[in-house]
Amino acid sequence: MADTWSIGKQTFTSRLLVGTGKYADFPTMQRALTASGAEVVTVAVRRLDLSKKGEASLLEWIPKGMKLLPNTAACFTAEEAIRTARLGRELDMGDLVKLEVIGDRRTLFPDVEALVEAARVLVKEGFTVLPYTNDDPVTARKLEDVGCAAVMPAGAPIGSGLGIRNPFNIRIIMETVKVPVLVDAGVGTASDAALAMELGAVAVLMNTAIAEAKDPVLMAEAMRAGVEGGRKAFLAGRIPMKLHASASSPMTGLIGT
Amino acid sequence: MQVRLNGELREIPDGMTVARLLAHLGVKAPRVAVEVNEAVVTKDRYEAHKIGPGDTVEIVAFVGGG
Repeated sequence: MADTWSIGKQTFTSRLLVGTGKYADFPTMQRALTASGAEVVTVAVRRLDLSKKGEASLLEWIPKGMKLLPNTAACFTAEEAIRTARLGRELDMGDLVKLEVIGDRRTLFPDVEALVEAARVLVKEGFTVLPYTNDDPVTARKLEDVGCAAVMPAGAPIGSGLGIRNPFNIRIIMETVKVPVLVDAGVGTASDAALAMELGAVAVLMNTAIAEAKDPVLMAEAMRAGVEGGRKAFLAGRIPMKLHASASSPMTGLIGT
Repeated sequence: MQVRLNGELREIPDGMTVARLLAHLGVKAPRVAVEVNEAVVTKDRYEAHKIGPGDTVEIVAFVGGG
């Protein structure tokens, strides 16, 4: 059976979700998105620049068939996030939203109180809410309780590339909630993506690690392989860690004994 | 009449609907979403929804993001 995962009414095969920000240009972004194999791409909602008529639209450069996941990035209050989510739904005509309510400009850590409140309102309005949150299991449970379709703890601050800073909390979150857990933010390189999957994350969401790599297209391939490798390792079941050696070759039948 | 359009005060002709405003601005309607006074105006209401003096209008589109 195919190893798929679902969110709301949608079922996906790829476990890598990618962002569309920070690319040097649209052609590079398009090649990286294709190379990533992602089926879901995040987009932001912003004021249209009314002075720049006829400028190339982001949407023309997103490969056909990729599902858009509008975000509420840079919203600092529940109200702003709710309004942005509604506009995103009007743009996309889909009910998915990556809900962000930022509490601190320097770290971009979430304001979890406002996040839960915004999630509660949007769930009632029929949104499939995927909240970007911190690695706190209690917040994850509250987000599940208000009806979020998944929880997406950060591995490390957005765009930091620090990797999965607290893998144990990510595991505790997985034990705590029944909804899918996606690691969102913090990934720096392919081994980080693999680690997230080995921990049992349903999927990984990233942007900067690919977009700002020296070769974004090659890094997209690397992330795809990292996610696939990590997922297979999780399914295969890794050996327990041991302090001492356990020989792979027989210790008997040696010559000269 | 004066409205606040994407954060800036602007003069637009009186009695404009959302559809007329988008045409006036040369904006392609399918690619944008519109909010008037903090409430989304859905595409099926563009022809009917009249913009009044002092209204706050936001016209948004998707841009790259994570």
